[in-house]
Amino acid sequence: MSQTGGFSLQVEALSYAYDEKRALNNVNFSLQPKDCTILLGPNGAGKTTLFSLITHLYSAREGRVLINGYDVKKQPSLALANLGVVFQQTTLDLDLSVLQNLKYHASLHGMGRKQTVARIQQELERQGMYERRNEQVKLLNGGHRRRVEIARALLHQPSILLLDEPTVGLDMPSRKGIVEHVHSLCKDDNLSVLWATHLFDEAYETDQLVVLHAGEVKANGSVKEVCEQQSANDIAAAFQQLTAKKAS
Amino acid sequence: MKSRHASIALNGIIKRELWRFLRQRERFVAALVRPLVWLFVFAAGFRSTLGIAIIPPYETYILYEVYIAVGLIGMIQLFNGMQSSLSMVYDREMGSMKTLLISPLPRWFLLTGKLMAGAFVSIMQVYTFLLVAWFYDIQAPWLGYLTLLPALILVGLMLGALGMLLSSFIKQLENFAGIMNFVIFPMFFMSTALYPLWKIKESSELLHTLASYNPFSQAVELLRFALYGQFNAYAFVYTLVSFAIFMGVAIWGYNPSKGMMVKKGGGPP
Repeated sequence: MSQTGGFSLQVEALSYAYDEKRALNNVNFSLQPKDCTILLGPNGAGKTTLFSLITHLYSAREGRVLINGYDVKKQPSLALANLGVVFQQTTLDLDLSVLQNLKYHASLHGMGRKQTVARIQQELERQGMYERRNEQVKLLNGGHRRRVEIARALLHQPSILLLDEPTVGLDMPSRKGIVEHVHSLCKDDNLSVLWATHLFDEAYETDQLVVLHAGEVKANGSVKEVCEQQSANDIAAAFQQLTAKKAS
Repeated sequence: MKSRHASIALNGIIKRELWRFLRQRERFVAALVRPLVWLFVFAAGFRSTLGIAIIPPYETYILYEVYIAVGLIGMIQLFNGMQSSLSMVYDREMGSMKTLLISPLPRWFLLTGKLMAGAFVSIMQVYTFLLVAWFYDIQAPWLGYLTLLPALILVGLMLGALGMLLSSFIKQLENFAGIMNFVIFPMFFMSTALYPLWKIKESSELLHTLASYNPFSQAVELLRFALYGQFNAYAFVYTLVSFAIFMGVAIWGYNPSKGMMVKKGGGPP
């Protein structure tokens, strides 16, 4: 275990390529506890590749990822124990019930029966889904599935929550609900959140911002700092300037 | 890896497979109907033309149905192994494989757990088949049903590992049809499941050689001897070594820094 320097997540000089195409190039940023960091980037910026590397689905030859000081490549089990993940595409088993999906996740994290029952109730109640715990996932709508996935990601009480475009395909009320809920988690649960999105309105002014474009970090700081650096009135304008520079 | 965590996780993986299996009743029926059709129709039709001489482990002349029954047990496990492989490709495409792979446990353990879960399901199918066969007068010694169990576990793991190996190299679900044509059918027909080795030798020396080196043949022989309370050491070692090789390559295939993942990327261009 290396020194964390108070960081929950550290991404250091990370590069990755698909055959000849470089997807990430020397990516650096870090998250502190209680940070809600928005990873903003257009489609194809490398957000999903970055998530695959953080979660050890892929392994990079250049750079490293540290979760609470544990190197994902060298100590994957210790590192992944601190991580809760909501992927872009739903990873719930549609044939199983909500409860069965959550129990399966709890068992993979080595949670005992009593703890599992208590945590499932706690997280599902928080998402307003406890009454629907015995329903098959395929009968739930997109918004409810996302809520179940967030409940599942938090079941083992991780210190970092990763969300890869979790609101894609959801209606406005569902989107708003999820954005508000995740922001409240940073405040109330001492959780670090890394939220990948291409939707500007999902970022709050108090959030940290990492702008990823064409596999490179174009800006990194608080929303206010990034806007000031770009002399922009809002995130949308700052983002446009940052991504236009690359294109020119 | 803590042993308590490992046992809870293994229990969870097996339970999930069981839940899925119970939800998909048609899968259970299909898995049972296939060998029963072979038993009731194919074997009955060939009963008069395919007489079986006295060969170990049988101590007397037997009907063709008795011979083929063990081959059909192998068939259940072969199809189950490939079905697991299919579901892994599906899970990977649908994303639920990610849930397993990002768990805080070594990848080899997670994949072995998944294999054990698949073998467990196939064993339930086999005993249901044997129950039906019992009423069809295909009966082994009582003890045989017990000694069969460890053989079923090993064969289930070996065929599951083969399926897993294939799944690690299949990129898309559509490619799975090729598996049927190039793996399942040759493995099944070029084995001792339907006819003994000496019968194959009578018709083709080449086929005989291929069948004797086919891991599925040795798996079927291991099952055949086990069902009659006997131990076939050669078949056991052959099956065990095949399992170790298939499993080793499958784990390599699922390693994020090697195997299939590297084909997609991994280093600087």
